[in-house]
Amino acid sequence: MKITLQEAREQIPQRDIILETTARLMVPFIQLYGLYVIVHGHYSPGGGFQGGVVLGASVILLALALGLPASKEYLTEGTDIIMANVGALIFTGIAVLCALLGGMFLDYSALTKILPIDPISWRSHGIFLVEVGVGMGVMTIMVSIYWDMASAGRLDEGL
Amino acid sequence: MEEVAAHFMARYNYWIYVILMMIGFYAMIGKNNLVKKLLGMNIFQTAIILFFVSTGAKKGGSIPILDKYAALQGHVDVNQVVNPLPHVLMLTAIVVGVSVTGVALAVLIRIYRKYGTLEEDEILHKIENE
Amino acid sequence: MKPLALLATLITGALLLYGTADFAAWGDPQSPPNSNISVRFVEEAVKETHVPNIVTAVLGDYRGYDTMFELVVIYSAGMAVMGILRRREEL
Repeated sequence: MKITLQEAREQIPQRDIILETTARLMVPFIQLYGLYVIVHGHYSPGGGFQGGVVLGASVILLALALGLPASKEYLTEGTDIIMANVGALIFTGIAVLCALLGGMFLDYSALTKILPIDPISWRSHGIFLVEVGVGMGVMTIMVSIYWDMASAGRLDEGL
Repeated sequence: MEEVAAHFMARYNYWIYVILMMIGFYAMIGKNNLVKKLLGMNIFQTAIILFFVSTGAKKGGSIPILDKYAALQGHVDVNQVVNPLPHVLMLTAIVVGVSVTGVALAVLIRIYRKYGTLEEDEILHKIENE
Repeated sequence: MKPLALLATLITGALLLYGTADFAAWGDPQSPPNSNISVRFVEEAVKETHVPNIVTAVLGDYRGYDTMFELVVIYSAGMAVMGILRRREEL
């Protein structure tokens, strides 16, 4: 049977205290785990994409349990879009900076002219900085795609 | 006959992934509902990713995360470490697959808003009779 | 329509299975994917980058260009979903 979008929105149940409390207790631990996965990309399986998805999943859990307007207060739309752009710009910015300082595009050892450490150590730190940018971008885009699709474009009430 | 059996047992992983690919392929072209076609595309893509990752396995090998001090001092035995290159390429493929699924689902929401149905033959019927 | 789809699937499956006869055995250390550049990656990655995880070293340093464009792909997917689904508000 097909129901219209208006009737579906009227059938949303009331807020439940058990779901709300459990979600609010779990979100900080999920975010801590996501940050751990991003930072430990050098020593264990993980990295930017995996940690970014776990961080995005924490905000989506908040949107499912407390309602879409509550998750929009937690991470505002403006902050979301700014963080997506900053994440993509960190990666591209570091790559162009390496080219401007004399090396090739994405050659991290050319960054020795800014901070005089060993070129091999700069390669390790360059990989880390780039993974942070990737993690930020992936988290915000996952949340933005969820907001757009769950409310069919309107961003007022979700699933 | 024994040669054929030995030949098959050495390559049975490729056969499993080809069968999974064909299941996804049939769902893409043989079903009428648009969401089922999209899920068929996802199954096809998962089979291709697993196929690529399985070409890099080595008998008796361990994961490509080495002990830093042992690797800096000594020699690394290539035959004990699983090939890392298919893993790297398939990370990119997974992310591209997620993006394509997201955009395709958004297009399906617009199609439903305009035509009221998600069955392929009804949509074609409505387009021809406008 | 459905019998035709089934026939096409079976013919494609048979051709692919015939094509896997040329592949190397599963787990062979001397197969062509395992012998050209990945030998150099496994032996030299820790000495040149001081990162023990070879997959992260290859993804971030040796193949960093691909990772940059992957980030651009996921960013443009987010923008595409915004452009498809959001409607202009009545002013």
